[in-house]
Amino acid sequence: MNRAILKSTLLLLVALTAAGCSSLNKKSAASGASVEDRGISSGEMSDIDAARSQGLTDGAGAGAAELNDPNSPLSVRVIYFDYDSSNIRQDFQSVVEAHAAYLAAHPETTITLEGHADERGSREYNLALGERRALAVRRQLVLLGATAGQIRTVSYGEERPVAEGHDEQSYGLNRRAEISYQ
Amino acid sequence: MKFLISLILALAALSATAQTGGGPLTIRITQGVEGALPIAIVPFEWAGQPLPQDVAQVVANDLTRSGRFRTMPREDLPARPSDVAQVNFKDWRTVGMDNLVIGRITATGDGGYMVEFRLLDVFTGKQLAGFQIPSHVSNLRLTAHHISDIIFKTLLNMDGAFSTRIAYVTVDRKDAKNSTYRLQIADADGYDSKTILESRQPLMSPAWSPDGNRLAYVSFEDRNSAIYIQDIRTGQRDKVVSGLGINSSPAFSPDGGRLAVTRSMEGNPDIYVVDIATKQQRRLTTHEAIDTEASWAPDGSAIVFTSDRGGGPQIYRMSPSGGDAKRVTFNLGNYNSRASYSPDGKKLVMVNGGSGFRIVVLDLETGGSRTLTGSSLDESPSFAPNGSMIIYATMGGRGTELAAVSVDGTVKQRLALQQGQVREPAWGPFRK
Repeated sequence: MNRAILKSTLLLLVALTAAGCSSLNKKSAASGASVEDRGISSGEMSDIDAARSQGLTDGAGAGAAELNDPNSPLSVRVIYFDYDSSNIRQDFQSVVEAHAAYLAAHPETTITLEGHADERGSREYNLALGERRALAVRRQLVLLGATAGQIRTVSYGEERPVAEGHDEQSYGLNRRAEISYQ
Repeated sequence: MKFLISLILALAALSATAQTGGGPLTIRITQGVEGALPIAIVPFEWAGQPLPQDVAQVVANDLTRSGRFRTMPREDLPARPSDVAQVNFKDWRTVGMDNLVIGRITATGDGGYMVEFRLLDVFTGKQLAGFQIPSHVSNLRLTAHHISDIIFKTLLNMDGAFSTRIAYVTVDRKDAKNSTYRLQIADADGYDSKTILESRQPLMSPAWSPDGNRLAYVSFEDRNSAIYIQDIRTGQRDKVVSGLGINSSPAFSPDGGRLAVTRSMEGNPDIYVVDIATKQQRRLTTHEAIDTEASWAPDGSAIVFTSDRGGGPQIYRMSPSGGDAKRVTFNLGNYNSRASYSPDGKKLVMVNGGSGFRIVVLDLETGGSRTLTGSSLDESPSFAPNGSMIIYATMGGRGTELAAVSVDGTVKQRLALQQGQVREPAWGPFRK
């Protein structure tokens, strides 16, 4: 049994019991995110309970279960961007905050941030734009408590689109940063 | 004689080890010039079993494809001479031909052939060119392209680029996570395509060495961009630039000894020059903006690149040793990228964005520009080594295709792969 995981599991339970299902406070997250700061948006206690029992019986961390909780903002792994922009949109702030808090609480966890662009314009320039998006997310994660060493960035430019159409809807789906946990 | 020797050397060098892959490219002429030269190419005399290549037909296709010739359909030929003594020039004048090409092929044993051809002026009855070219069963297409080059040069006083090759990337996509990327080389007419690298991860930005023996390219096989140089004859490949961040956009220096590349390990993409032998790197740009897509002037005196230091992407020029960069593109809208030089160094071709993305040629001496294409997603332009045509990628009915356009915009061609997407064409140098 990993002591750190056990400890954070217990802390998480304490926090949930005490604070209920508060949404994330950005300020507290930025000042050093801890397990208690994490926002659980919909408060699926049964899922958390399941996580605990799993954590106590077979050694899998509560964090892993949290990552897999479809109701957690941590389940959102793709951040979309506006055209020719690497600014993190307001609607993705809470997602980035949740991942930052998780990384801060799990310093042994590492992620890869893949930056992507839509197909318009030249491929090499788009490779640079994809990197700019990945770096923008990384910068914010680090500001919110993750450490740079936890985050590997890679840009694929326009080389790996998820949508193949040549329209604004497809372009919007392709302008993205993907978070994958190792 | 010198020509023959170099030709034989070229043929010897062509023992490619790469495997064939993908389907052939098909070429469609979408627009030709007015007043194209009428020429008749008579099938070359041959006494044996049918040859693997119809040499005269390959020549006719080459000349037609250039947009500068109108070749007579075979069924309309008034006669099929193979010797000057058999030619009745009046017949050819009557059907409106200016020039006539005749020839014959003889076997020389062990798969070898002698291909003999003559280019005749129908009005004067004189021979304008005549060559005997040794060939081989595996190289008859190349011999045909050489004949096309000779005819082109003789009649238009301009080097032909028929015996050159193109490199490009194809993609067979199953879904977002499942694609096969291939780096391929084909003759400039799209035939004889060979896969020199296949990967499940993206391949990008092929760039020819000046001697035509090596390709630099970007591969994501290590889950990040890295630059490789591959010998296209032996298949041997070396990882030249890798590490944190972007490693991409390779461009050989005109002397072939260095690569201009883009790296971002310092936090944002900058241009570096790498000595290929020593792997020593020198950083040329230090701006916090994106600097990428370097391309060398043919005389090595300058490097142009894309930078968004002024807001949007524009083309800048600097010394190959770095230092001040001066903006090159003005009054051409707010998106100009991927510039490269014409072989004479007097023009740049680039991607120009506005309501769509088109190919634009900028005359560096006059400052004048010309928009050559009219589709919405044109990219990756590359000059033919004779400076006459530009190949680029465009959106076709079934995905990305290759297209070519003459520098004056009058001749247009499409090259479509049978399956999958084809993109990032790079036109190779003249074969030495």
